[in-house]
Amino acid sequence: MLTINRYKCCYCGACVGACPTAALELVETWLEVSEECKECGICTKICPVGALEVKA
Amino acid sequence: MSVQCDLVVVGAGPGGSMTAKTAAAAGLNVVLLEKRQEIGDPVRCAEGVGRRALCEMVKPDPRWIASEVKGARIFAPDGTSIVMSEDKGGSEVGYVLERKVFDRALAMDAARAGAKVMVKTRALGLLRRDGVPCGVSAMHMGEPLQIEASLIVGADGVESKVGRWAGIDTALKPKDIHCCAQFLVQDQSIDDEYCDFFFGNAKAPGGYVWAFPKGDKLANVGIGVQGSKSGSGMPLRLLKEFMKSRFPNGKVLEMVTGGDPSSGVIESATADGVMLVGDAAHQTDPITGGGILNAMKAGIIAGEVAARAVSGGDVRKAGLKEYEDRWRAEIGRHIARSYDYKEFFVKLSDNDLNQLIGSLKNEDISKMDLRGMLRVLFRLNPKLLWELRHLVI
Repeated sequence: MLTINRYKCCYCGACVGACPTAALELVETWLEVSEECKECGICTKICPVGALEVKA
Repeated sequence: MSVQCDLVVVGAGPGGSMTAKTAAAAGLNVVLLEKRQEIGDPVRCAEGVGRRALCEMVKPDPRWIASEVKGARIFAPDGTSIVMSEDKGGSEVGYVLERKVFDRALAMDAARAGAKVMVKTRALGLLRRDGVPCGVSAMHMGEPLQIEASLIVGADGVESKVGRWAGIDTALKPKDIHCCAQFLVQDQSIDDEYCDFFFGNAKAPGGYVWAFPKGDKLANVGIGVQGSKSGSGMPLRLLKEFMKSRFPNGKVLEMVTGGDPSSGVIESATADGVMLVGDAAHQTDPITGGGILNAMKAGIIAGEVAARAVSGGDVRKAGLKEYEDRWRAEIGRHIARSYDYKEFFVKLSDNDLNQLIGSLKNEDISKMDLRGMLRVLFRLNPKLLWELRHLVI
């Protein structure tokens, strides 16, 4: 499951642009994850501050 | 609730606002949407911009110019530096902007030209009639809203959804996005006259570190790392390391992060009823990361084409070909060339970078543009740059 550390997230949207399934959406300061997420982990590597993690 | 207009522009950054302003001035009924409650904030930008090209599009206003720089300094991994002058040294230096004020000023220009601006309004999807997009469904303050429009412009940035809804795959591969972090730093050692660029594979893998002065000993100190070479939180960690070595006593007044498209030209920036502008169309320069001017230029073209397409009644992809042709001629060719440079640059070792930058140490490059400099580099380092010969000659 993709988890978001909301205390770290700087809501920049870099992850949204890199998501291959368009599963992420940035609503002002709130990052939303839809059911389209395949837990590929690309966004976790793209995040400039390390706020995203795929947990088993 | 529903709203009717000729053109709906999604995103009120420089690209969207220039589109809205141009189209409204040409007589279209325009709605400009911004999903945030404030235009221009939070910033995701190093704010450096070429003075001349900017002034061709908008009248400079001291309220959004943070500082004016003389030139750029490039630092090799071994610390060797070279200086390029502002008038020739590439288009990415000149002014350092205050984007919060700048973006709002451009949106105000669009409003003055007649566009209706709606903040805190998020596009949720495309409306369609007979399969052809005819507006966007949106959410404004938690309430659904339908905006019917003959034509839609997606200027919705790196996180663009309009393109994906219209069938254009705008997802960026890790190697084609630069992951960025930036501090607004106050430090007595900041040089207010130059934009500095620091290279090195340990410092910024596949990218560079920058320090762009904003006046009064303030600077945007930031880093861009190629996504494929990045890892969880790497940009922020490397930026902190750079701060320790370069500005150990620097005070951080603001923190900014973001993703910068570096994919080169997109296959298509148009679909039936839809045009993409700016970061949404990957119109950033892949080697410098600069995107403001390209977005504004594309926005002006999109606004002009929108006016003709709507009044002519043909908003299908074929009817929007003029936009595709003109942005490719005006900025696309340059972006494609920069992409080739980037693909080469990201492979260079620190020794290569030291050799290249060091070879210019005794050359007078102060009056050269990027192309002129490349020609000199090629003459001095033919073996290393052999792959780029088609771009130099």
